[in-house]
Amino acid sequence: MNKLTLQKAKESLKNKDFSAVDLTKACLLQMKKTEPKLNAFVTVTENQALEQARKADVELASQGDALEAKPLLGIPIAIKDNFSTLGIRTTASSKVLDDYIPPYDATVVKKLKDAGAVILGKTNMDAWAHGSSTETSDYGATKNPWDTNHLPGGSSGGSAASVAANQCIAAIGSETAGSIRQPASWCGVTGLKPTYGRVSRYGVIAMGSSLDSPGPITKTVEDSALILEVLAGIDEKDATTSPKEVLEYSKHLDKDVKDLKIGISSDYFIKGIDKEVEELIKTAIKKFESLGAKIENIKLFDPKYAIDVYTIIQRSEVSSNLARYDGIRYGKDRESFAEEAKRRIMFGTYALSSGYYDQYYNKAQQVRTVIIKDFEKAFEKVDIIIAPTSPSLALPVGATKDTSMFGEIADVLVEPSSIAGLAGINIPVGFSKSGLPIGMQIIGPQFSEQLVLASAHQYEINTQNENWRKLTPDL
Amino acid sequence: MKINISHIAKLANLTLLPDEKLKLEKQLEETLDYVEQLNQVDTKNIEPTSQVTGLENITRDDIAKPSLSQNEALSNTKSKHNGFFKVKAIFKENE
Repeated sequence: MNKLTLQKAKESLKNKDFSAVDLTKACLLQMKKTEPKLNAFVTVTENQALEQARKADVELASQGDALEAKPLLGIPIAIKDNFSTLGIRTTASSKVLDDYIPPYDATVVKKLKDAGAVILGKTNMDAWAHGSSTETSDYGATKNPWDTNHLPGGSSGGSAASVAANQCIAAIGSETAGSIRQPASWCGVTGLKPTYGRVSRYGVIAMGSSLDSPGPITKTVEDSALILEVLAGIDEKDATTSPKEVLEYSKHLDKDVKDLKIGISSDYFIKGIDKEVEELIKTAIKKFESLGAKIENIKLFDPKYAIDVYTIIQRSEVSSNLARYDGIRYGKDRESFAEEAKRRIMFGTYALSSGYYDQYYNKAQQVRTVIIKDFEKAFEKVDIIIAPTSPSLALPVGATKDTSMFGEIADVLVEPSSIAGLAGINIPVGFSKSGLPIGMQIIGPQFSEQLVLASAHQYEINTQNENWRKLTPDL
Repeated sequence: MKINISHIAKLANLTLLPDEKLKLEKQLEETLDYVEQLNQVDTKNIEPTSQVTGLENITRDDIAKPSLSQNEALSNTKSKHNGFFKVKAIFKENE
């Protein structure tokens, strides 16, 4: 039952096919079986999870409509370790926070708890979310469930691997530029990066504050819609959250894609892209065409410049955000930062230092404007844009060693939309001959989650019977 | 371009070992060379973007609300004294 989608698990709990405790135990059992190979979790909260599941069972038994009021009641969920969790160790996979026990919940965590979710534990990530591999974690790399000699991507690699390995029903990640979509792509699961400001950042250990976007990692598009309904909305504790209405995303996924205008840009099929990735994305685009969508070739601003913009803005914001870690109020002192954090802090400090601000930070912010305007122009012509999520398949363990900007270069195709604060999703489209997942991203304008989710859902249900969907990781 | 790595480390409040300095210096130079390509983009008369939300002047009423207790706020520190964080002195005597 740990293999169930969120929607199916909800139906089963409602029908009393099994209890929340049964479901939680099935997830915990799968964790026990697969964690030695995967290392997807930093902290497992078995006792608290079973306690939450018991409480959920009481509510499910006593109230017929309990799942109406609490849409995630009894659903086991894994949370990335950069979300503050009251009373549960929160490390962001850095030894600096090895013994940090937050005295409060992040808004995302509070909303999950209010919705009745069972929290299984905290998932592994690149330390401080600095990376696209989960290999920079101070608690060891997470491995890709489809081939444990390969990386899961990152920074939400633990969350993506955990969903792919059916250790949980769904997981929460966060994306600064790629950290939800790219690991979802490498692990063959769905990952939604909401518009910046759609989901509160309060209590998320900050990386790039003008970019950070929490979101769900799930087995289906519908599941991402169900979780977004819970997470989205204005939060007085995060002044960048939008007052825009939160829609019932999961109830409006059935809109067909007939006459939907889909933009395709050859600029996103970059030099050096994996041939199988290119082929499968092009096949997926043809699928949309066969469903009645109109495919238009558009010119987009070369994504290679997004690497520079992202590197400068993000590392500058990192150097500022990590300045607070001095070991006085919580955590260990600055001696405990590992190599990647130091590299990013040093670069950001340099870029913001006297005499260089205009040359780097200001220039990057100007090009950020160019990227935003470029998307605005594109969305005058098309409704959504489709592209590969990652130019490569999941890379082998060890790929990040001695690289100076691994993450930023790996995420070239997701950085432009993150820089512009847009909505985007990764959905699986198949596998390579070597058995590694391939993912496609759908990008829409700001606050177009409904359209992005519905388009992704249409692809998913219309490819439901393809043979590759029957594959499961051999663990 | 030459980076004064010791100066940047001081600004960043990081203590670096000699071979760390050498490695980071090389890598920072590589990264600076890489992002040079941004100069190919014409940004004349283009305003910088620091945030994408379009929201401005978001404030809350200046009313105290329930927050962490003193004990909760101190719950993770290794050094406290009479309900306060205890830190190293920042002034020297006779100054």
